Amino acid sequence: MRFGARLALAVITFVATVTACGAPHGSGPQSRTATDCGPYARYGEHAGTRVSVYGPDRDREADLFEETWADFAQCTGIDVQYEGDGEFEARIQIRAEGGNAPDVAFFPQPGLLERFARASRLKPASAGLAALAKRGWSADWNGYATVDGTLYGTPLVANVKSFVWYSPKFFRDRRLTVPRTWSELMDVTEKVAASGVKPWCAGVESGEATGWPLTDWIEDVLLRQQGPDVYDQWVTHKIPFNDPRVLRAMDTVGSILKNDRYANGGYGPAKSMASISYQEAGTPILPGDCAMHRQASFYAEQWPKGTEIGPDKDVFAFLLPGTDATSRPVLGGGVFAAAFADRPEVRAFQEYLATADFARARMKKGPFVSANKGVDPANAANPVDKLAMQLLQDPRTQFRFDGSDQMPAAVGAGAFWKGAVDWIGGKSTRQVADSIERSWPSH
Amino acid sequence: MSFDVVAQQPKLLYLLQGIAAFTAVVGLILVALHRGPIRRRGAAALLLAPALLLLAVGLLRPGLRTLMLSFTDGEGDSWVGLDNYVWILTDPQALTALRNTLTWVVLVPVLTTVVGLLYAAAVVRSRFRALALSLLLLPMVISFVGAGLVWKFVYAYRPAGADQIGLLNQLVVALGGQPQQWLVDSPWNVLFLIVTMVWTQAGFAAVLLAGAIAGVPREMTEAARLDGASPRQIFWRITLPSIRPTLLVVVLAELIATFKAFDVVKTMTGGQFDTGVLAYEMYDQAFRYGQTGRGAALAVLLFVLVTPVVVYQVRAQRGAR
Repeated sequence: MRFGARLALAVITFVATVTACGAPHGSGPQSRTATDCGPYARYGEHAGTRVSVYGPDRDREADLFEETWADFAQCTGIDVQYEGDGEFEARIQIRAEGGNAPDVAFFPQPGLLERFARASRLKPASAGLAALAKRGWSADWNGYATVDGTLYGTPLVANVKSFVWYSPKFFRDRRLTVPRTWSELMDVTEKVAASGVKPWCAGVESGEATGWPLTDWIEDVLLRQQGPDVYDQWVTHKIPFNDPRVLRAMDTVGSILKNDRYANGGYGPAKSMASISYQEAGTPILPGDCAMHRQASFYAEQWPKGTEIGPDKDVFAFLLPGTDATSRPVLGGGVFAAAFADRPEVRAFQEYLATADFARARMKKGPFVSANKGVDPANAANPVDKLAMQLLQDPRTQFRFDGSDQMPAAVGAGAFWKGAVDWIGGKSTRQVADSIERSWPSH
Repeated sequence: MSFDVVAQQPKLLYLLQGIAAFTAVVGLILVALHRGPIRRRGAAALLLAPALLLLAVGLLRPGLRTLMLSFTDGEGDSWVGLDNYVWILTDPQALTALRNTLTWVVLVPVLTTVVGLLYAAAVVRSRFRALALSLLLLPMVISFVGAGLVWKFVYAYRPAGADQIGLLNQLVVALGGQPQQWLVDSPWNVLFLIVTMVWTQAGFAAVLLAGAIAGVPREMTEAARLDGASPRQIFWRITLPSIRPTLLVVVLAELIATFKAFDVVKTMTGGQFDTGVLAYEMYDQAFRYGQTGRGAALAVLLFVLVTPVVVYQVRAQRGAR
């Protein structure tokens, strides 16, 4: 028993020492360089405060964000701590439920933002933020961060999904012109196929998100064939998922992607798409094994090093045409910043993110598309980003947000993706659409 | 992202404080026990208290809450009765997960044990026994996530004519076949995932079984040999019955591990192409789709399925004593 007593004493002494160390300390002061703090004066001084930010972007994307707001952080004294997580969508819920919510989160899906807004976890935007949002973005864009009439966040990043990547040289060599209508697009497709090259390439493998490029395709075609109103009704489930008009759009996509004559250029049979990652899907365009690849503006970063982007360079993109040359339907996506806290420093950071200054500063660092009206497309990092921003700012554009990102996650991030993969693997349109309709949560 | 000790300092400190507080409680109990006359029953209660407390806080309470949640809707705030359980038994995706889990549970323990047993029997009398067993044990050192990634590369698909990057397809092509999408084509893809699981687990089985085989008294096998038994007869009639308790432990441990299989599925297919299993479906529903009720119902089902195995294992151990 002597040993027991000694052990107990030792343990208690140890505890006393450790707990006496007290609360954790913040990190030390950062090295300061000369920065012009003038533009940041309006955000006030918040020395010694910290704002935690949580988002899906990692690595280079995360670095670019941090570099962009470094001056803001230095001038206001706010220690902005960014944490990127490839599984943001699943973990944000665990963190919020576990009482470990970040101050600011970057939501890549309006549906996810809405879930947390409805659960009263997000803080409504301040009057100042709402004013900035109104000045910077169209009512459509602010609508995606608005739940029951209350604004909860602001758009941070935008992208245009309705692009078709192609090789200008390939088109020139075969005397093909960039199509302006859907039927011209089909003509180009047929001509390329007749010359012995599969015109389209695609890849949908993306981990647990496998299938998303296909859902984008279907949304794009539905938007073109039926117009924005039917599209909205479909997204909000006012018409069933397996409505005949939706089936028609799927069949149109199927006539291209499920057709072994038209796809999968450079990768073999159409059903090889399930094994090809979305990152590598468009690369057969470079050697001319495939003519066209429908993918978002952010695909610019997936080309091999040294690939130049431009109307007379290695690759470029055109807008997936509508039924006629006058209509301009654009499908896109975006990321929204919303806050779980309303401390003054969090408000200040949110307001900074909502300015055109932030978007401009971020654009200077590398490829970036913003839907902010105060941003000049001429400053874009590459011609496709420029085209994307011009489209977003053009009043004739009929913009619609990626439907699967707005549907309930069980459908938009589950049944729709899985169903699309089954569909490309051979299941019938009817069968797949019916099963997705059944998966729609009733409550 | 690298682990930054400085940035993680607060968390580490909290952790340290937690451990310290726990140790303090235990220390106080030891001190209390040290003094005064000890009544055995009181002492037992006191000694059990910390463990019981932790079990109540860390297991019982969350367990009951999960059970409660399984009768509620997606947000976990209104009652839906047995709807979530009905959903499990009617939804095609949930049924696929159930069917796959059944396949896993039947195949993994059997294959792992058979492979492990054959290997153990082959190497147990060999001079290179330690080396041979270590080799098979190596995959177990790799995490399931690592194993999943390794095998994902083995199964990688490239079209015919292109350079194959997957080992399996390279072999198929070298033998004059067409490359296959191993992880995509259902239902065979489930078997390819199971191979990964068996690969990671066979070493564990082999080491335990080799130990057991080595423990079979030499007199018995020698006597059998003198009586004219063939090696095969010795294996079936002497070795196998002698190592029965160990075999049981291996099968049951594998059974429980297989019910919880998650990492391999997540890294290799993300539950796509009809490869989902119960544990993965539970994660999808609860965390990715925000369907807390369904996720909880799946968790309860998993618990109900594993419980008999655990009860049997405890009983078997008690019986062995």
